[in-house]
Amino acid sequence: MGLEEKLPSGFLLTTVEQAAGWVRKSSVFPATFGLACCAIEMMTTGAGRYDLARFGMEVFRGSPRQADLMIVAGRVSQKMAPVLRQVYDQMPNPKWVISMGVCASSGGMFNNYAIVQGVDHIVPVDIYLPGCPPRPEMLMDSILKLHQKIQETKLGVNQRQAAREAEEAALKALPTIEMKGLLR
Amino acid sequence: MSEQDDPNAPGQNVPAQRDDTGDLIATRRGMFGAAGGGDTSGYGGLVRTVRLPGASSRPYGGWFDEVADELEGALEEQGLVPATVIDKTVVDRDELTFHIEREYLPVVARTLRDDPALRFELCTGVSAVHFPDDKGRELHAVYHLRSLTHNRLIRVEVSAPDADPHIPSVVDVYPTNDWHEREAYDFFGLVFDGHPALTRIMMPDDWQGFPQRKDYPLGGIPVEYKGAQIPAPDQRRSYS
Amino acid sequence: MTPSPSPAEASAAPGPRETTEGAVYTVTGGDWDEIATAAAASDDERLIVNMGPQHPSTHGVLRLILEIDGETVTEARCGIGYLHTGIEKNLEYRTWTQGTTFVTRMDYLTPFFNETAYCLAVEKLLGITDQVPDRATVIRVMLMELNRLSSHLVAIATGGMELGATTIMIYGFRDRELVLDLYELITGLRMNHAYIRPGGLAQDLPPGAVDQVRAFVKKMRKNLPEYDKLASGNPVFKGRMEGIGHLDLAGCLATGATGPILRAAGLPHDLRKTQPYCGYETYDFEVPTADTCDAYGRFLIRLEEMRQSLRIVEQCLDRLEPGPVMVADKKIAWPAQLALGPDGLGNSLDHIKKIMGTSMEALIHHFKLVTEGFRVPPGQAYAAVESPKGELGVHAVSDGGTRPYRVHFRDPSFTNLQAMAAMCEGGQVADVIVAVASIDPVMGGVDR
Repeated sequence: MGLEEKLPSGFLLTTVEQAAGWVRKSSVFPATFGLACCAIEMMTTGAGRYDLARFGMEVFRGSPRQADLMIVAGRVSQKMAPVLRQVYDQMPNPKWVISMGVCASSGGMFNNYAIVQGVDHIVPVDIYLPGCPPRPEMLMDSILKLHQKIQETKLGVNQRQAAREAEEAALKALPTIEMKGLLR
Repeated sequence: MSEQDDPNAPGQNVPAQRDDTGDLIATRRGMFGAAGGGDTSGYGGLVRTVRLPGASSRPYGGWFDEVADELEGALEEQGLVPATVIDKTVVDRDELTFHIEREYLPVVARTLRDDPALRFELCTGVSAVHFPDDKGRELHAVYHLRSLTHNRLIRVEVSAPDADPHIPSVVDVYPTNDWHEREAYDFFGLVFDGHPALTRIMMPDDWQGFPQRKDYPLGGIPVEYKGAQIPAPDQRRSYS
Repeated sequence: MTPSPSPAEASAAPGPRETTEGAVYTVTGGDWDEIATAAAASDDERLIVNMGPQHPSTHGVLRLILEIDGETVTEARCGIGYLHTGIEKNLEYRTWTQGTTFVTRMDYLTPFFNETAYCLAVEKLLGITDQVPDRATVIRVMLMELNRLSSHLVAIATGGMELGATTIMIYGFRDRELVLDLYELITGLRMNHAYIRPGGLAQDLPPGAVDQVRAFVKKMRKNLPEYDKLASGNPVFKGRMEGIGHLDLAGCLATGATGPILRAAGLPHDLRKTQPYCGYETYDFEVPTADTCDAYGRFLIRLEEMRQSLRIVEQCLDRLEPGPVMVADKKIAWPAQLALGPDGLGNSLDHIKKIMGTSMEALIHHFKLVTEGFRVPPGQAYAAVESPKGELGVHAVSDGGTRPYRVHFRDPSFTNLQAMAAMCEGGQVADVIVAVASIDPVMGGVDR
């Protein structure tokens, strides 16, 4: 968001990317976005036994302005969706979203009038975490995977290049309904 | 061969009804939920009626008689005719239900709460039920009243037609029903006259329709898998 | 990349909006200096503060609309529905047995109470209340009392956290983990179990469960006094809790508040004693009460109830007799006992061998029962249990089909939360948090 985005591509940018990725991944501040059952498991992850502090993440921020990770923990109702989007918009860049649990990821078993069928309808999601609710170990695993993703984040021209490639790949990808074979 | 054994006698080839008495709330046809000629099961002509337990006659048993006597007596004291107030009394599964004509609901609720022999102090809210085929009484509001003094639980049921979904509010008798009535309004469109602020409570304020009525679809979306699509739960074939 | 103002910031300009009630300032974040200047410019000291629906010290997605005059709350309102899930409607499209999977997710801190209340209602509709085996009932009681522990532990933990007492939160979650270990051993899941089914239980206790529960009770006996040492006599804790969230008996009955709130007003009303279900009349336990009508009294009651729950759990362990855990009626009980496969899940291989190899009728029966479910005679039933939060009632209506016609949950959190206004109005803003925490609403139960 600052100077690092303006660097020309090449050796310097790659080095800055690595440094920025390392710094960013080591101090992720999650925003509290507990909604339902998953929120209890999210709190458990922060508490004694699972101890998220080991990954430099025990400080859950009350204010979205101080947070860069939103863990959407639970089912998102139609009434909550605008609130969620507003909280997301209030977070400063760079920001990431973990969709915790099946309800946040796809609506899960609540395929009905009240629940948004996947939080990716309203915010971009970086990690989908299955489970109902996912165990704290699973949440930690997803967080570590997100750390890895943050470490590999590109900057500036490299980022735009990566975004273009990702979009092209997505356009070429076969839709799920047209895939053949076993359900896996 | 007696008529009982004749397999071709009318009514012999259908499953026995559990109960032929009671209130008819719906009539079902077929068996596997298939409509429009897709039923190859041979059960397409099956007609089944759905009946809720009907009115009971005295004695109701246990303390039920005492409560019914006290309620009828207290209503008479107020110059009301119990037969016009209480539509019917149902005893089913060890539970006592008074079906009340809706315009008398507040006076009945107040009597049930204040009469020393009744004393139903705690109302556990209202639960609405939608019976689209129960013509003229489509919407039911069910109240469960608990007496801490006498340690009893009764049920009071009122109904309203879809065309005129109004029921008097009992918030001034049981303030706890404030949110419960708003919830019933939100989900069923039951208008509780006299409620201090009857607004939506669960759904967003600008929501269209009343989502838990039977004529409101579940609203699910089909789910895609590899090479297949599973329709939403309410769009699937089901056992009727 | 040029930073563009987010929609929230763009709309945060605190210009007054003229309404029939005077100038209204809508604040969604932004520059507080401007807001303060604008508020000072008007003579009106009245401020309306929106807390939530996303706020770290509210219980879940609860929105509080507070009208404050200085530090004093003059009017308090709740905005709920932010977690409305439509579970009651979803139930109508699943079989009666599948219903437990949904109801367990209503109040996600008291899953066993939801399941038991629902199953008691279904059993009443089926008329098989007396046929539920003793062992199933004892295990139900044991799980419910363990659940009371875990629910109260979260109530105390999060209540402490909202006061800023983080240590209590760590203690509470530490002990809750011990209970969750038992759940996982018995049901296979930490939360959302669907273990209690109409007619009995999904399966029997695994080997070693009784010993583990005994060890837990012993450990918990040691851990519970720590809360007393840490909080009960703590002057800061007492200073924040005593006299806060006052609601007397008349207020409780008017607002329909039950559970610890009602018992803190001095009335020993507990459905386990007054309207016993699941054989509670045969257990030896006491119903704690307080006469303080405040948050501190509710805290003490929760602590004492945990001790009583441990007593009940011990009695359950003593009276566990070998036997079936499902009704004998094969039209209701699912045919297969689950067996653990190499993947951690699975059906009994013996059963599969039987239905696939030798008995066509058993296969048909299995298929019909699992896909279609059992039919429940038409009628309605109300079953209530004493959940950690109060009276949890289930109103179930059947039309004679294999799926519920209508199931309504009278959730204690929903009803108790109505008392929030009575508890908070006239008090300080900071005490709103304490009052709400002492109600212990779980939004999953409130909104369903």
